[in-house]
Amino acid sequence: MTRYVLARLGGVVVILLAVCLFTYLIFFKLSPDPAVMICGKTCTPERIDSIRSVLGLNQPILTQFGEFLRGIVAGRDYGAVHCPAPCLGYSFQTNESVWSMLTSRLPVSITVAVGAAVLWLLAGVIGGLVSAVKQGTWWDRTAMALALGGVSVPNYVLALVLQYVLVVKLQVLPFPSAPAFGDDPVLWFESYLMPWVVLAVGYACLYARLTRSNVIDTLSENYYRTARAKGLGGALIMRRHALRPALTPIATIFGMDFAGLLGGALITETVFGLNGIGKLAADSIAKNDQPVIMAVTLLAAFFVVIGNVVVDLVYTALDPRVRVVSA
Amino acid sequence: MSDELFVVEDLTVTTSTGRGPVDVVKNVSFTVGRDETLGIVGESGSGKSMTALAVLGLLPRGARTSGSVRLDGTELLGRSDRELRPIRGNAISMVFQDPLSSLNPYYTVGLQIEEMYRTHRGGSRKAARQVVIEALEQVRIPDAGRRIDQYPHQFSGGMRQRVMIAMALCCSPSLLIADEPTTALDVTVQAQILELLAELQSTTGTGMIFITHDLAVISSIAQRVLVMRSGDPVEYGTAEQVFSDPQHDYTRMLLDAVPRIDDEVAS
Repeated sequence: MTRYVLARLGGVVVILLAVCLFTYLIFFKLSPDPAVMICGKTCTPERIDSIRSVLGLNQPILTQFGEFLRGIVAGRDYGAVHCPAPCLGYSFQTNESVWSMLTSRLPVSITVAVGAAVLWLLAGVIGGLVSAVKQGTWWDRTAMALALGGVSVPNYVLALVLQYVLVVKLQVLPFPSAPAFGDDPVLWFESYLMPWVVLAVGYACLYARLTRSNVIDTLSENYYRTARAKGLGGALIMRRHALRPALTPIATIFGMDFAGLLGGALITETVFGLNGIGKLAADSIAKNDQPVIMAVTLLAAFFVVIGNVVVDLVYTALDPRVRVVSA
Repeated sequence: MSDELFVVEDLTVTTSTGRGPVDVVKNVSFTVGRDETLGIVGESGSGKSMTALAVLGLLPRGARTSGSVRLDGTELLGRSDRELRPIRGNAISMVFQDPLSSLNPYYTVGLQIEEMYRTHRGGSRKAARQVVIEALEQVRIPDAGRRIDQYPHQFSGGMRQRVMIAMALCCSPSLLIADEPTTALDVTVQAQILELLAELQSTTGTGMIFITHDLAVISSIAQRVLVMRSGDPVEYGTAEQVFSDPQHDYTRMLLDAVPRIDDEVAS
């Protein structure tokens, strides 16, 4: 098992290096010259040259890439400025350290992702389960019709409609402002409620449909029939012989979805003006702020790749058939 | 009344299909005495398994039943799921055809037997564990104390079926329904399982319904035989009667289809 985990982590490092290289090539080589961008309108060729040498842009591309990687691990110097590890460079727009931009935005994205995940898991799994058990009834039909509708509504539409109704018209919620939890827990909750709901709706509908079909499949499994023939009933048979087998594949999908969200909910954060990683990504792309684009891309890749490994490890715990036999 | 353990009278099972209701079992009647084995024979789709599932109320959604099914004089047909639960696995238990898919892959075999035992008998997990180990030893699973904590996929086909049998017998049921228990197994393992079932039956005195399409198997295990075809009971009688003096053409045809070792081979 330890060997398996180590091998997987080795794989993670390789994948992240490859993602780094790709993003680096795309954003630094194929984009407009950063030195020209930093230099601004009142620019002289000498100034551009000096910016290039400070940023190391006059070096061969692989040397630059090596410097970039070394910066992440050990920090690096830009002229007289020392950028401590982990160094992802400085924003071309604000001169802020990219690392501190990420760390200040990450809590917002994590809050959005965790809250939404709790909502969509509860709503999706419970809704799907009830639908499966009451298969063919009006509840099932209504819930599944709603789920289809929910999957189909783009979340920016839902976000704007909710904001208009709840904030502007009814004035039951404040405009989302991402306050710290410690300052005002009530405002914190009210502030994040709409983003959570908006983000959760699509996933909840998807998970409800998935849960429903998985549970229905499980109810027709031979082992479920055996469990009934054994005289089991009520909560025990549901929990052990229907839910556990039906939800195990959903755990995999959930891991991937959640990991993807940690890298920022671009649309939701932007619509609600929440300063998370998603909004940072949108802003940096709009302004072609290459170090920031690079960093958010790497961060998203990092979460997805790590999420993948975690899902695989959790899966071996959930399904005895894929458990790795330790030598 | 005689000492018949299990009586089925005029059992009819109707399932709804796209083209309206279809009777998949029609007016089937039979009895099983204590210590006795009834063999139900027929080809695929003859309604054998439907008969067995109807007895325990395990029919697929939308199926309806009529007639009478009595265990020790108690009517079972028409009872709700909740009312049948104390009977399932406890008074009447069942062994299914494919032991791999019939066991839940997510739990150890020990837990799957234990949950059934504790549902009907209660008691601590520790006490139940001892019962389960004994049940596994009874069906001759070697090293039962260790194998109890293994998962179904870690067992061979024959061993899995032994697990199913151990499970079916652990609450000492008065009737065991074995639905093609040897069909998914290879021939030598089949013989072992049959021998085991016969032996366990003689020690426990359990009545048994043995469902199969294999006449050879029936002749070695059953005292009474019911032949079914397309849901109809074709012939019913003692094994001796049915095998030596079949009354119905279909039974004769089935018997003729079995190659016999003393048949002359055309050269």
